[in-house]
This record gives sequence, C-alpha cells and structure tokens, in this order.
Amino acid sequence: MDINVESVTFWICALIVLGGAFGVIWSRNPVHSALSLVATLFGVAVLFLNLNAQLLAAVQVIVYTGAIVVLILFVLMLLGVDRDEDVEVEPLVGQRTFAAVAAMAIFVILFGVFVIGGTRIVTGTPNCVSGDVVVTGSPYEPGCDPVNPQLATVTDSPNINQVGRVIFTDFAFAFEITAGLLTIAVVGAVVLARRPKDLEPLPEPAPLSYENVNDIEETA
Amino acid sequence: MSANSLSTGYLVLSAMLFALGAFGLMRRRNTLVMLMCIELMLNAVNLTFVTFGRMLNDITGQVIVFFVLVVAAAEVVVGLGLIVAIARRRPGATADDIRVLRG
Repeated sequence: MDINVESVTFWICALIVLGGAFGVIWSRNPVHSALSLVATLFGVAVLFLNLNAQLLAAVQVIVYTGAIVVLILFVLMLLGVDRDEDVEVEPLVGQRTFAAVAAMAIFVILFGVFVIGGTRIVTGTPNCVSGDVVVTGSPYEPGCDPVNPQLATVTDSPNINQVGRVIFTDFAFAFEITAGLLTIAVVGAVVLARRPKDLEPLPEPAPLSYENVNDIEETA
Repeated sequence: MSANSLSTGYLVLSAMLFALGAFGLMRRRNTLVMLMCIELMLNAVNLTFVTFGRMLNDITGQVIVFFVLVVAAAEVVVGLGLIVAIARRRPGATADDIRVLRG
C-alpha cells in the first residue's frame, strides 16, 4: 500500500466528506445540517484539487459554499424553522426502514459495479494513444500520451484555459441554454415568493364624476 | 495502495455519498434538509464525473460538472421559493404539509 501525498489527502478528505454527510442526515437542528454540508463541500473541493481540477475546486467553494449554503441558511433564519425536528414521530409507518433498505440497495449496487468492474466500467474511448484507461495516482503526471492534446487533463496549459476552450467551442450551445435555464429559475422564484395579497384582484376604481373629469381636463 | 485502486476509491466514496444523500432524502421530513441531501447527491455525481474524466484523460468530464452546478443552483432557487411560499401559509411546515398545495 503506497503512502503518498495523494492517497493521504484522499483518506483525510474522504473522512471529512462522509462525516459531513452523516452530520447533514443526523443533525436534529437544520442549522447544524447546513454547517455539516459546508464540511462535505469543502472536502469535495479538495478532492477536485487532488484530481487536477483546480478551476472546479475554486468554483465549488465559491458557488456551493459561498452562495448555495448561504442561501439555504438565509431562508432557514428568515422562516425561523431552525427548531429541532421531532425525530421520534414517524407519521408514515415504516418510512425509516424503507429508507435504510433502499439506500443500502443503492450503495451495494454501485459498490458492486465499481469494485467488480474496475477500470472496465469506464465506457468510451480513452484520450490516449495506447487506448488504455489512465490509472496514475499523481495529479501531475499525464498518465498517457493524449490523442487530442486540447482535451488532456494534465498539460502545460492551465486548467482554466482548457475548460474555457471546451465550453465555448464544443459546448457553446449548451452554455447558452443554461443561461435560459437560470433566467427561467429566477423568474419562477420571483413568482413563487410573491406575497399572496398581491394575487388578489385590485379593488374597483371609484367612478369618475363630472367634476372630476373637468379637473382632469383642466390639469391636462 | 496502487493508483488504480485509488481511482476505485474515489468512485466508492461517491457511491457512499450518493447513498447517504438518498437515505437522508427519504428519511427526513424537513424540506430544507431534504434540499441539502439533494445537494449531497449532486456532489457525489460531480465527483464521479471528474474521476471518469481523469481516467479517460478527457477534460469534458470537468465541463459537464459546470452544467450540473447550474442545474443545482436553479433547483435550489426554485426549491427555496416553494419552501418560502409554503411556510408563509403554514409556518413550520414539513414535507407532509405540502399537500396544502392541492387545489
């Protein structure tokens, strides 16, 4: 068993990620769940660094930890629902048992596929001259000679240059569509969060009397 | 530990994260905690994408994660809007109270 920087980082971050995930699920107070979620997201960000995805690590911290979790915490405080949940009540009989069984089934299936399949589960053509899947442990070793150097994960050019080039060439149309998706989401949120009293029809305006009409005409 | 099994380690970690998120989503009744569990599952999928991209030596795996991020942001915005709308009608609402949305 090799002890190198990548494997040590992986094990530490795996502990943080799983500990945070358990915290999200088992914290009675939703605020504690949100803070555990921050730990998990940071752990995943460090794992992205470990996989030589520097831009994604930065985006993970800025967007997830900086925006999404803060948004969730903001709504939590705004609504005042930061009370402890009564975990003893189980309105739906057998819900927890079903949840545990279903989650275990999901994990066992995925675990079996990953462990039995090994590197064969990666379908598609590897971007390697040799045609083999990259199995290097170090994030800074190329691992193989790339067929298309612009798609290689480890090159001399920075990670952000490569990701940007692919987004604005191969995925330009999908990128535009995501802009439309975000606009629709913002409009939907505004419509949903509008106060119900605004939905009531406005009262009938007072009928104009003859004097009022004269006033309007004089002022106009 | 060989590098190959470390790649498998990333995939197994993301499988555990996904299963934990699914468990929390089915177990909890607080709608905000359910949203957080969905975030956990999305992060597990992101980790899988980046690992596969590394194994295939293909940067596209990292590009897909950006689109997942956008979908996650949109989902959180709409989900929080729904939660605010429900909580205004019935404070302290759990997922069971979403039936008030019915006609």
